[in-house]
Amino acid sequence: VTAPPAKQIHLAAHFPGVNNTTVWSDPQAGSHIDFASFERLARTAERARFDFLFLAEGLRMREHAGRLHELDVAGRPDGLAVLAGLASVTDRLGLMATITTTYHEPYELARQLASLDHLSGGRAGWNLVTSSDPFTGANFRRGPYLPYEKRYERAEQFIAAANAMWDSWAAPDDGPGATTGRPRCDDHRDLSAINGCRRPGAFAFSGTQVQIAGEFTVPGPPQGHPVMFQAGDSDAGREFAARHADGIFSRHGQLDDGLRFYADVKRRLAGYGRRPEDLVIMPGATFVIGDTDAEALELAAEVRRRQVSGPHATMFIEQLWNRDLSAYDPDGPLPDIDPDVDSDARAEGSAQARTLQREAIETAARWRRRAEVGNLSIRELVIEMTARQSFVGSPETIAATLNAYVQADACDGFILIPHITPGGLDRFADEVVPRLQERGVFRSEYEASTLREHLGLSCSAERAICPI
Amino acid sequence: MENSVTCVASPYPSIQLILSRSQRLIFSIALDAASGARSHRGTPGDQRYDLLTARAWLELAAQAERGLVDFITIGDSHRVMPAPPGGSENVVDQWAARLDAIMIACRIAPVTRSVGIVPMASTALTEPFLLSVQIATLDYITRGRGGWELDVCTVPGDGVGAGSRPAPSPEALHREAADHVEVVRRLWDSWDDDAEIRDAATNRFIDRERIHHVDFDGATFSVKGPSITPRPPQGQPIIVAAVNSNATEALALATADVVILTAADERELGDRVTAMRAAASEADRPAENIRILADVDVAFGPDHRRVLRDTGHGTATSALLLTGPPSAAADRLVGWAQTGVDGFRLRPVAIPGDLSVIVGPLSAELQRRGVLRDAYDQTTLRGMLGLSHPPSRYATA
Repeated sequence: VTAPPAKQIHLAAHFPGVNNTTVWSDPQAGSHIDFASFERLARTAERARFDFLFLAEGLRMREHAGRLHELDVAGRPDGLAVLAGLASVTDRLGLMATITTTYHEPYELARQLASLDHLSGGRAGWNLVTSSDPFTGANFRRGPYLPYEKRYERAEQFIAAANAMWDSWAAPDDGPGATTGRPRCDDHRDLSAINGCRRPGAFAFSGTQVQIAGEFTVPGPPQGHPVMFQAGDSDAGREFAARHADGIFSRHGQLDDGLRFYADVKRRLAGYGRRPEDLVIMPGATFVIGDTDAEALELAAEVRRRQVSGPHATMFIEQLWNRDLSAYDPDGPLPDIDPDVDSDARAEGSAQARTLQREAIETAARWRRRAEVGNLSIRELVIEMTARQSFVGSPETIAATLNAYVQADACDGFILIPHITPGGLDRFADEVVPRLQERGVFRSEYEASTLREHLGLSCSAERAICPI
Repeated sequence: MENSVTCVASPYPSIQLILSRSQRLIFSIALDAASGARSHRGTPGDQRYDLLTARAWLELAAQAERGLVDFITIGDSHRVMPAPPGGSENVVDQWAARLDAIMIACRIAPVTRSVGIVPMASTALTEPFLLSVQIATLDYITRGRGGWELDVCTVPGDGVGAGSRPAPSPEALHREAADHVEVVRRLWDSWDDDAEIRDAATNRFIDRERIHHVDFDGATFSVKGPSITPRPPQGQPIIVAAVNSNATEALALATADVVILTAADERELGDRVTAMRAAASEADRPAENIRILADVDVAFGPDHRRVLRDTGHGTATSALLLTGPPSAAADRLVGWAQTGVDGFRLRPVAIPGDLSVIVGPLSAELQRRGVLRDAYDQTTLRGMLGLSHPPSRYATA
């Protein structure tokens, strides 16, 4: 009896984010905005045969207590524009940008994604997120318009409208993509034929949140539909992913947690006539590599100290306390006053802050007890409380652990988040990837040219036929 | 550099600028993103010019750089029009399909070195915030060679515009376009050039005093800001506006760095340039920060009359027409420049035929006449156009 072939791991590189995971104070840290940094990370990811490069999105500068947040990396370029540039300096690497369906418009987004798919030879992807916060809405013509409970309704209709556009050049008998039952115009020179037949590119969609019609100038993208990931974690988010998504950018990177999430989402697929392999689950993961496990642990502690400076620690507990705590020494004990739960949130644009506030007083009491027991300062407590690195160890340890998670069905791969821009993936590429390849669980050469193929996805959830 | 005194602080900087500019003209090449038979004319089945592929655009950009022009514009449209006859039976050749111009611009940006890249985008369809960030990103990828050509009037279908609104009237479109451009320009200024400080002593990555809310509050929308993208390399990427109506002219004079006129002959060109200069001065736009170009259709092929007929030339909106041998064409351009126009946007009627004549023989003739550079000597599009790096309107220093 031969063992079943090992599951293949999928890997993506997350350009370091606009948050305190990214250590800008390191002497190695370069620009977060120059194209050269994006090119450098993309070339490293392609050299290591990664599935794709991943970009986050943030459409409003973070604020804290009504003022711009100064401590973390801030500022980023447009995701799709950067990916179009990266298509010029890579050949096989998938290119994925995070996009909120709340503040983008379906026509522009569908057109740019389809264009990127053509211009990259089928390597475009997007990570669909939803938002509803008025804080971000203040930067857009529509302003804050979407109640929280309607955000997936809009996302559903956004996708349906995008699909109608992507399929608008398909012949009527090409399947579910066809926009009308009319035959396609054959004699295009007879403009009077417009009313009697369907011109290529004609599309229409009408729903409660999205009503559009027009002409879509971009013929069917090479991948049919660009690959779509989704990041929502609520029950509605999981159901949405099971129905529509090709992949999930998950926050469940721990083993037990990952096993539960994986089983839950893959179980939901059957309800939509989909197979488990039709959707890949890739949690975000940070890592610290040392020559030995012990050295890696030391390095990881140093990285944590750099990620959580004194001012960072103060700001972090201010989010919970909802008060100005600048008078408290971050190297001293926690405040003995209770959080203010009546005023508005201090940290606008931060989902973390909103979650924290809900149970602020109990949480503060718990933190105080923990600090007292461990004799921890504010900064030490915050370092202990906030997420530590997902994987810490020698290249061998990390390769073995990643593989164990994937083979155990805690996930299908990882979206790796380096903490240094742009060289933070180098050591992973040079020392961990070869160990995965030796195990036969990660490609040594690209076997395909499109992102959809890299991910082992035969065709999109929305389309019955595949164009390639 | 022809001017040997550029490094010396001159008491008359503007005079020196005018002297050096009086010799050279500005040249741009208009590339249109539409596929279809037009792109294959003269070379049936030549896949190098399939405008739905990156390969074609890389080739076109390389040719434009060979021609040493200041910038290319990448046209856009939101209609699917029948392609001129002559293409294959493939549906993509029968209909003029096209990709998004900003995506094309960013795709070719990393492999160009010197030419300015100016994609067209609609003020009606785009969110000002997203558009400002995309053009700023193009400016980062090109390290200061990015721009934006305004498209004011496109309303392809009910609700396709930003915000899923019904199509507004032309007057409303122009008013909103002015607000759109104002927001984009404010957002480009919302970070001071030196806002990123990376100050280890205070643990601060940015200085919040150098980043500003734009607080735009217009008739139909408001935008808070600041941008999520730091100030682009040029400070303000170049805004280009082709003028085709009185309303567009007012908008162009108020907002554009480069205004492109359409005139049917030399006399009309002279009249329009004079009128435009007067209007600019009335609109408080000093001559040193606005450039006026004229559109020129270029048809060198032996069958150019048929080509022009197929592509709609000879209508009321037709532009100057350049035909004939390259040396005569160069003389005509130099002659037209006597009207006081700063330069020309050349629109090759057929690709690759007319384009290769422009970047080959015509460029050589223009260099011989001293009106086209012998080599690129500037790193930014603003620099090529003789426009200075503008300080941010919000900068405190």
